[in-house]
Amino acid sequence: MELRKNYFADVRKDDLHEIGQPRPRSDSPGHVTGKTAFFADRNFPGMLHLKMVRSPHHHARIRSIDTSEAEKHPGVVKVLTAKDVPHNVYTILILIQIGPEDETVLADGKVRWKGEAVVAVLAETERAAQEAAAKVKVDYEVLPAVFDMEEALKPGAPLVNEYHGQNYYLYDSGACRKVRFGDVEAGFAGADHILEQSYQSSPIEHAPTETTGCVVMPEGNDRFTCYTNTQAMFFTLDNTSIILQMPGSKLHFVGGTVGGGFGGKVDVIVEPIAILGAKLTGRPVSFIYSREEEMQISSPRAAEKVVIKDGVMKDGRIIARKVTGYTDAGAYSRHSPYGAQKGAGHYPGPYTIPNVWIDTYCVYTNRTPSSAMRGFGVTIGDFALEVQMDKLARLIGMDPLEFRFINAYRDGDMKAHRQPTEGAALIECMQEASRAANWPVAEKYMAMSSYKNGA
Amino acid sequence: MAKVPVQFTLNGSEEAEFIDSGTTLLNALRDKIGDTSPKGGCHQGTCGACSVIIDGELRLSCLTLAETCSGAAITTLSGLSESGVLHPLQRAFLDTFATQCGFCTPGMIIAAKVLLDHTPNPSRDEVVEALSGNICRCTGYEPIIQAVLTAARANSQNAA
Amino acid sequence: MALALQTFPTVKDANAALKAAGTRYLGGGTLVVRAANEGDVSVSGLVRSTEPVLSAIAVSGGMARIGASVTMAAIARHPELGALAKAVRAVGGPAIRNMATIGGNLFAPAPYGDFAVALLALDATVSTDNGELPIETFLAGRNDSRAIVTSVSFTLPKAGTFRFLKVSRVKPKGVSVLSIAAVLEQAADGTISSARIALGCMADRPMRARAAEKALLGKTLDRDGIAPALAAATEGTAPITDPIASAWYRAEVLPVHLGRLLLT
Repeated sequence: MELRKNYFADVRKDDLHEIGQPRPRSDSPGHVTGKTAFFADRNFPGMLHLKMVRSPHHHARIRSIDTSEAEKHPGVVKVLTAKDVPHNVYTILILIQIGPEDETVLADGKVRWKGEAVVAVLAETERAAQEAAAKVKVDYEVLPAVFDMEEALKPGAPLVNEYHGQNYYLYDSGACRKVRFGDVEAGFAGADHILEQSYQSSPIEHAPTETTGCVVMPEGNDRFTCYTNTQAMFFTLDNTSIILQMPGSKLHFVGGTVGGGFGGKVDVIVEPIAILGAKLTGRPVSFIYSREEEMQISSPRAAEKVVIKDGVMKDGRIIARKVTGYTDAGAYSRHSPYGAQKGAGHYPGPYTIPNVWIDTYCVYTNRTPSSAMRGFGVTIGDFALEVQMDKLARLIGMDPLEFRFINAYRDGDMKAHRQPTEGAALIECMQEASRAANWPVAEKYMAMSSYKNGA
Repeated sequence: MAKVPVQFTLNGSEEAEFIDSGTTLLNALRDKIGDTSPKGGCHQGTCGACSVIIDGELRLSCLTLAETCSGAAITTLSGLSESGVLHPLQRAFLDTFATQCGFCTPGMIIAAKVLLDHTPNPSRDEVVEALSGNICRCTGYEPIIQAVLTAARANSQNAA
Repeated sequence: MALALQTFPTVKDANAALKAAGTRYLGGGTLVVRAANEGDVSVSGLVRSTEPVLSAIAVSGGMARIGASVTMAAIARHPELGALAKAVRAVGGPAIRNMATIGGNLFAPAPYGDFAVALLALDATVSTDNGELPIETFLAGRNDSRAIVTSVSFTLPKAGTFRFLKVSRVKPKGVSVLSIAAVLEQAADGTISSARIALGCMADRPMRARAAEKALLGKTLDRDGIAPALAAATEGTAPITDPIASAWYRAEVLPVHLGRLLLT
């Protein structure tokens, strides 16, 4: 490994014992010998298997549910519906006061996306649970569905989620998160060129090799041990405590070993219903997503739409940027109100622009609820911003890398959300990228520093 | 439910069990015998996490019924290190940072072992082909490919 | 009902057992065990036969007869079937090739079944205890086929006449966007004297590209010579739409890939 020590030499410490030294991973010995215990490696005598009956419709009213045939199926021990869940309507971020509670553990009266959990079947074997699940009869009245964010925001669109009352998340700032800095309209009026473009993305599935799941063991002391691959241990414990109306002291979560997460295992989905199953049957319960469920049911990265309008000068300075971002939450909030908010915080990108206007919306549609994934709220925005930067450079006939040097933020610059920049290293990164990619830029850019007024 | 007897050699030890007919080898190994080193990632033959060696051939235990393995010699990752000494592939996976979440690792090492058993000095292309049925979502594959090439070099040096 | 497996020494007995409702034949397991794992509760019983003829490969007099239980790996390493190696290695990864059988490949729904595409181009014959069928007829009726396939036979292609291309988005290999197999014979002047082209993923099962075949006759294998065949390539196709590609995309790229196959 090569370390360039000339950058930030004045603040660099060279007497570090760990940084810059190769160290073996502490978990690798378990991985290469097969001894690492993933949640599904726990197997208990008498363990029941939970299979979920899911909505075949994107949006429908449930007229009736008949579980009588499923309950009689050989091997079936328990069949759960919404009425069995003590606090059936929840939302993950209620722990940090981001409400309202808007999602059902098991559907009650209505389904809002194709694949939504309706009935849970617990049986002696996976096969018996699958067979019994096929015998659950749900009578649906199909409702009009909406899949496009802009359609969802139009008056008269089908209302996706009654707990919100409109198809967007209502922030304390209103229908969207807002950033206002300078006077964007004055900036556009003074610009040499204006470029407005829109960018959009589809949902992206994390596709971890290990699917989402948990194994629950009822302990003799009225506690439940939950072996899980959640990425959000205490979020899951606290939400489970709310959903099951059970003190947290009754719940013992064992985790930390995750067979690939990438943000896809931060929702609280499998644990509460599996623990409820263990509580009501007194037996260990395993609830593990099939590969198909992992791909279709688990939250993907949200689809996003980003509209960027820029005012740019012939000399390369961006003087105004207006961004409107839309995050497709799907049918329920999960982490998406936060994702859309992150977007507002992330725009206008790592550039110093004197006039900025940002609106980001969290929109509800009848699609699979989206949630966290590696830099959610940011990654798609970066794609849009950097494609926009290339287009702007082309528009004014400037080298795209030099164009970024001109606009890059540096220490002391005021960011649009009024945080002064500190610890910036964008200039230095681009200088190194210029060398590594053999993409030369003018000497004056190679002489720049993130220290605005010199080191 | 009809129980059927199965008897095979697992990592050198005789195993005999009565299982439900139709049980996959993956479930028999994990749930009945207690060898959880093969992992169930997809149960459809796509991810390779359940890879095992049956009579010298690489197989997917999730698509193999246990009762079809009677009399066979089965090797899983659990059987690779002898009395605590790591197999060269295990050593190389450690040293080249070829594991991250670790879920694909059992299948990767097993697939690589079959390759090296037949082709002690593989080319990079041969390594890539040998691992083409195994999915890793963390590493981007490059450290895994390097690990297999490193293990092959270590083997040939030991043999020399 | 649990999934139960019955094993019979003869195909005849296995055929009789296969008549029971909910019963499927177990080959390498890559289709039927997968279906059961995925919760297909319509399959309640599995039947297999260990009759040795199912595992035999016989090559003589320019003909090959491959038992239905022969795996892709066994075909790939057979010294006299080298012409098919590229096509057979297109199926799955190494573990799948050690399990998947030639008989099972005939039943693999698109986007799977790449080797069946090759067998269609070879104009193979499919044998069951009820007799023999041309592969095209067999594939057309495969959903209702209740007799165990015992072997697949075909005339070995003359040297250099068999071509195969599988297109996938993942390197080194993944599920097919499409696959193309062709047996092309050329006259002394280089013009095409006979052509059989088979396509995978361009319908729910392998299909012949008859319009393209016809358009190639008498033509030379150069850009101008193949142009009419490329123009006719999608005639009669009904490509599948799946997570790998849309029907539209498959139809768009088929002529491009057919062109590459013909010009190699």
